[in-house]
Amino acid sequence: MNAMMQVKRLNVVALAIAALSITPVWAQAQAPMPGMDHSKMPGMDHSKMPGMDHSKMPGMDHSEMPGMDHGAVPGMDHGSPSAPQPGMTGMGGGSGMTDRSAMQMQGGSAPPDARDPHANSGGHTLDSGPYVLPSTQRIRLADEHNFGALLVDRLERVDARDGNATAYEAQAWFGRDYDRLVFKAEGDIANGRLQEARTELLWGHAIATFWNTQLGMRQDSGVGPNREWLAFGVQGLAPYWFEVDATAYLGNNGRTAMRLDAEYELLLTQRLVLQPRLELNWYGKRDTALNLGSGLAEGTAGLRMRYEFTRQFAPYVGVEWARKFGETEDMARASGETTKETRWVAGVRFWF
Amino acid sequence: MKRLDKNCPATFYSRREFVQGLVAGGALFGLQPLINGAWAAPTGGGRGTVLSGTEFNLSIESKQVNFTGAPRIATTINGTLPGPTLHWRQGTTVTIRVTNRLAEATSIHWHGIILPYQMDGVPGISYPGIAPGETFTYRFKVAQSGTYWYHSHTGFQEQTGLYGAIIVEPAGGETIRVDRDYVVQLSDWTDEDPMRVFTKLKVHSDYYNVNRPTAADFLRDASRKGLRAARDERQMWNEMRMSPTDLADISAYTYTFLMNGNTPAGNWTGIFRRGERVRLRFIGSGTQSFFDVRIPGLKMTVVHVDGQDVEPVTVDEFRCGPGETYDVIVEPQEEAYTIFAQSMDRTGYARGTLAAREGLSATVPELDRVEWLSMTDMMGAIGVGMAGVDQGGMSGMSHGGMAMDHSQHAMPGMAMGGAMAETKAGAMGSAMAVPSSQVRHARTEYGPSVDMRVDMPRTNLDDPGIGLRDNGRRALTLADLHAIGGPLDARGPEREIELHLTGNMERYAWSLDGLEFGNSTPVHFRHGERLRVILHNDTMMTHPMHLHGMWSELEGPDGRFQARRHTIPVQPAQRVSFLVTADAPGRWAWHCHLLYHMDAGMFREVVVA
Repeated sequence: MNAMMQVKRLNVVALAIAALSITPVWAQAQAPMPGMDHSKMPGMDHSKMPGMDHSKMPGMDHSEMPGMDHGAVPGMDHGSPSAPQPGMTGMGGGSGMTDRSAMQMQGGSAPPDARDPHANSGGHTLDSGPYVLPSTQRIRLADEHNFGALLVDRLERVDARDGNATAYEAQAWFGRDYDRLVFKAEGDIANGRLQEARTELLWGHAIATFWNTQLGMRQDSGVGPNREWLAFGVQGLAPYWFEVDATAYLGNNGRTAMRLDAEYELLLTQRLVLQPRLELNWYGKRDTALNLGSGLAEGTAGLRMRYEFTRQFAPYVGVEWARKFGETEDMARASGETTKETRWVAGVRFWF
Repeated sequence: MKRLDKNCPATFYSRREFVQGLVAGGALFGLQPLINGAWAAPTGGGRGTVLSGTEFNLSIESKQVNFTGAPRIATTINGTLPGPTLHWRQGTTVTIRVTNRLAEATSIHWHGIILPYQMDGVPGISYPGIAPGETFTYRFKVAQSGTYWYHSHTGFQEQTGLYGAIIVEPAGGETIRVDRDYVVQLSDWTDEDPMRVFTKLKVHSDYYNVNRPTAADFLRDASRKGLRAARDERQMWNEMRMSPTDLADISAYTYTFLMNGNTPAGNWTGIFRRGERVRLRFIGSGTQSFFDVRIPGLKMTVVHVDGQDVEPVTVDEFRCGPGETYDVIVEPQEEAYTIFAQSMDRTGYARGTLAAREGLSATVPELDRVEWLSMTDMMGAIGVGMAGVDQGGMSGMSHGGMAMDHSQHAMPGMAMGGAMAETKAGAMGSAMAVPSSQVRHARTEYGPSVDMRVDMPRTNLDDPGIGLRDNGRRALTLADLHAIGGPLDARGPEREIELHLTGNMERYAWSLDGLEFGNSTPVHFRHGERLRVILHNDTMMTHPMHLHGMWSELEGPDGRFQARRHTIPVQPAQRVSFLVTADAPGRWAWHCHLLYHMDAGMFREVVVA
């Protein structure tokens, strides 16, 4: 089954590449685009989203699907070296680790007889029991403190067919390891005017080793009418180090949308980083005021090369291919807009 | 300034001036503690700060330092970094008045010293800590002898300089006869605010990793080993989203490594006369750094570890982790030798010189190449047999790794499925003779706090660890350590406790059993009991686990006593065990001595009652 899935994933990647005319860098990555759990995306009407057929949905992360217990193989004697580990065959000849054994080491859910981490407490707690200090004096470590960061992934000048623009994409967070407030902003400014902006305020909650769910609000603003959405998505790191952000939206008047953003960082050296990036937007319903049709509407594939003077400050140059799809493409064509575009970008990435 | 090893990828990313530091770095405080007391070496003059006796006054204060060319504020003891060496005598009662002249709370913990819990110096567990302007008086009887150290247990003050050495002379005088006796305290310094360092790790846990695998590495490997081999080597790492070069979370990118408070350029020097026996008391005070120590041209005889005499073992090299101490005897014959302590991640080093007179120096070796973590480090015992995916340095591991087999024969009646985390003695009879090999992950290890679990750990102690395998030098291993005199308590364990060392590198979250300290409950030791603790490392880093207040009597996989430790380094995918006699009522800290792991929550409280 895994092999089948892999083949399918590869097909999807290949399709995406063909459709978007992206550079073969993606193919080389041979990995899933990752990490979406449909069961967790309420309010999405899959039937209205062309290209969202489940069989074509890329890269769910099996290792982290709750309820799939890869860790506990019944009858397995963990302690005995003579009992071969399932999935370990074929490792001797230099072939890499198979999917399955990697899964056993990561994710999964606890077997029924898993150890109780409080079993040896003797009923004592950090705030009660013999020799305890008053609770206000108890030692508190960083796991009980908040951290925060602002990451400006893109702040760039865009050289497009119909003039120059400034684009930005940033994310900030504040909170702890497993629960935090997340702020996302993306937009572009041209002719001294905000053209299009997406701003989100979300509660991020860790659900698996590499994945967080995000729940909150999104506001779209710009030259067209504003739109408000409820947002629910996942953000995290898929196998092979793909950074993925996939969010479903529910708006007024039955509007639905979905956005997928995936990035990869190819370290050419410790400082020189090539970053392919893919963004896709779907809409469940036509929005004539914004010139958006239903279905897959827009896609952008970018390739940026940055030089990290420090890990926190890196200027870059890049190129981006953007195109519209389906009904949106037709609407754009009808109103005389471009439907495909190659843009050059130059900017900085920084965080603190 | 000397460049980093040209072969070392770190060169590209290094801040070379930081690797060497300033020549005059430590000079602000005058020369550093040079232990040369009358008890050991009648010849030669001591120049460092050594305080002896039973009454001590220590003042904790902020002071400007300059290790890199940029002035910074350090936390110091009596104005020095490291603080003064405290020289005690076994059997005496010492009184130490610690005055806090900082603007924030502070504390001092006496690392490895057996004392009443109220004197242990862990704020929030032993006592409230020492408020600004306040003086706290520590008073306790010194029951033991040996080499120890002290440090702040508050925030990141240990990173900013609050540490010093303790030497306890045996009641009957030193038993190890030497002509010279020096403390060699190894530590790491950063010009950054440690909290910023921590925040950066929370944002990008590989922030300080200057040896991440690159496309350039891939092409080089592909041309050397073939495309397929190069790809296979990376496949599992990439699939698991883990880095084969995560050898230290914090590198020389920000760290300057110090020897007795001196930068490498500062070149701390210990003087000897030819033919003399010199004792070097190495103290691992790196907050986040393991040091691989050697003295090219000299064999080192390890005689004393964590304050305990051990059967002498002669080596070329040993790994000194945070919290550990290693005393070695050397007999130098030439003019000068370099004491070389490279960081485990091979990005920098602390360095000093043993010389026949002031002003001499010897060749400083190049840093070793960075070695990728192996299958053994990732998967434990499974990895041992995986010759095909050998990424170097796994030979020599084939023996001993499967000691579990042995233990099962010794426990014929032992059901493997039951509640083994705490097994009562009695019914099991001699079952407790050897540590349980049944791996039982906690249910809290299946969530976001944990990035991997090891189902088949390795239990062998004869692995010197990543970077020291097959490097042509004889490196010390835990299996080499045999404490003189056997265990303190002849009783076998009545029960067994299993604790897993866990983390999520991507989130930079560190925990035990998947639970950070704030969500944990204390581990209860029944007063007077003898119990076995199994530490099972589910991560790919080595964690020096430090139990306060009681000795950790390390045993082999066959249950045979090895050595008495206060800090036990547990290697990736390794499972080790120790016995402890719960004879110290109170609450105690138990944690990974990598400071940033500890602060992230890799910490437990122990209640002995």
